[in-house]
Amino acid sequence: MTMQLDGLVETTGEWLRGTGPESDIVISTRIRLARNLAAFPFTNRATHNQKAEIESLLREKVTRLDLAHPLRYISVAHLSPLDRQFLVERQLISRELSNSEGPRGVAFEQRESISLMINEEDQIRLQVMRSGLSLDGAWEEIDKVDDLIEARVSYAWHEQFGYLTACPTNVGTGMRASVMVHLPALGLTRQIEKVFRSLQKINLVVRGLYGEGSRASGDFFQISNQITLGKSEQLALQELGGVIQQILYYERQARSALLREKRQELHDRVSRALGTLQHATMMTSDETMELLSSVRLGINLGLLEDVTMHTVNELFIHTQPAHLQKLVGGSLDGEERNAARARYLRTRLRQGGTV
Amino acid sequence: MNCQFCSNPATFHLTRISGQSKKVVHLCEECAKQHQAVSANTAELNIPAIVQLLLGPHLSPVSEELARLTCPNCGIKYMEFRGEGRLGCPHDYEVFRLGLEPILKRVHRATRHHGKKPPNQRENLLRQTELLALHHRLQRAIAAENYEEAARLRDTLRKKEAADDHAA
Repeated sequence: MTMQLDGLVETTGEWLRGTGPESDIVISTRIRLARNLAAFPFTNRATHNQKAEIESLLREKVTRLDLAHPLRYISVAHLSPLDRQFLVERQLISRELSNSEGPRGVAFEQRESISLMINEEDQIRLQVMRSGLSLDGAWEEIDKVDDLIEARVSYAWHEQFGYLTACPTNVGTGMRASVMVHLPALGLTRQIEKVFRSLQKINLVVRGLYGEGSRASGDFFQISNQITLGKSEQLALQELGGVIQQILYYERQARSALLREKRQELHDRVSRALGTLQHATMMTSDETMELLSSVRLGINLGLLEDVTMHTVNELFIHTQPAHLQKLVGGSLDGEERNAARARYLRTRLRQGGTV
Repeated sequence: MNCQFCSNPATFHLTRISGQSKKVVHLCEECAKQHQAVSANTAELNIPAIVQLLLGPHLSPVSEELARLTCPNCGIKYMEFRGEGRLGCPHDYEVFRLGLEPILKRVHRATRHHGKKPPNQRENLLRQTELLALHHRLQRAIAAENYEEAARLRDTLRKKEAADDHAA
């Protein structure tokens, strides 16, 4: 089991490669669909045996889907806490699935674009991730995979309420579309609060990098739709897309203003960030996020060369605790971990960041 | 922390400690007003309404009928759903429909799905739920030795199941 995961350590999912539309600001697009089986109680009400039955039924079906890249199943119940944390950091499973109990797991492709959690709050949580802004592309793909699954199992479905979910906040389409954006210039110019206040008024949710309850670090935010009943998937995606375009416009305005009015100061800031990452001997997770965020802005504005966007995107994931411990091969406590993180960053960024 | 009645951020956190047990209720401003925990025009707390909220089981102006509902399939009580915020099985949407529709209206501002339908849909939940309820009533009638009612229910069930087989 662990061997399967260790093969992933050196890589990252395709959604992190730093390409795709609007990738100077949009890291990734994610759509998830919540689905349940008609013949079983929801996860919170299912017995251990029922969960085991659901797991084996779905595992069998989803690993045989006719997909370009087959899904491989990993039982989360049998993983160590470190391996579970590792999958959370890669965004392949939720913290809820990691922390819950009983038979449960995740099926995903090698390239990590499609993944499917089994026995989360809903029995099926299907997810598609894309690099950059690609709401339509992600929808097309997830819609197809959803149909392939539905041809093999009976979904819980109601003519009036749509796809039935354990929590009424997800019923209807069961769809949550999230766009992860990097907004350092709106952060620097202190306009971010204003932007988010207006988002809440139109029923969009803003969260940090790791979803519900996580705080925003490194100026990364996930913006997603909240309403799932009464609005078609297309309409919800269109509304979200429209808002993202506005946010892109504001962030770009703020970036141009910074370049115009404070170029020298900004250049100094991003250069110091890179210098610190290349030379420090102790580095916390929070400071890493802050500094990498500045470096990312520097690359996008043409103020820093010799570091690739892909390297920076990858470092955001590789410097998280579980990844770091797997990369250096051993469990680390706080101080050792900060030293190991600094060492890893030095190595990666002194190679010119081209690997 | 989100409001346990809708998904808005909770601004009221009520805690009741009695002996070893502790109960916490989280509410957003709107729901707090709706449950009259705060009065609509002033910021004053309405102590009797808060006590009511914490004591439960009357978490909202739930009718007696709703408060008594139990899903014949998964066994979850309506009041358990209101306490936990999670339903027990797909049939609950039909069984608790009366209580759910106002919640859906508040959360989604809608009560009817628009969008994708499963293209291969093989099971009609409405029909299944109806059969389930009839089976449940039949069991209760037999247990209560109400054989006249039981015979009537059995005939209805047979007719419905035959019609379904025919339709399939």
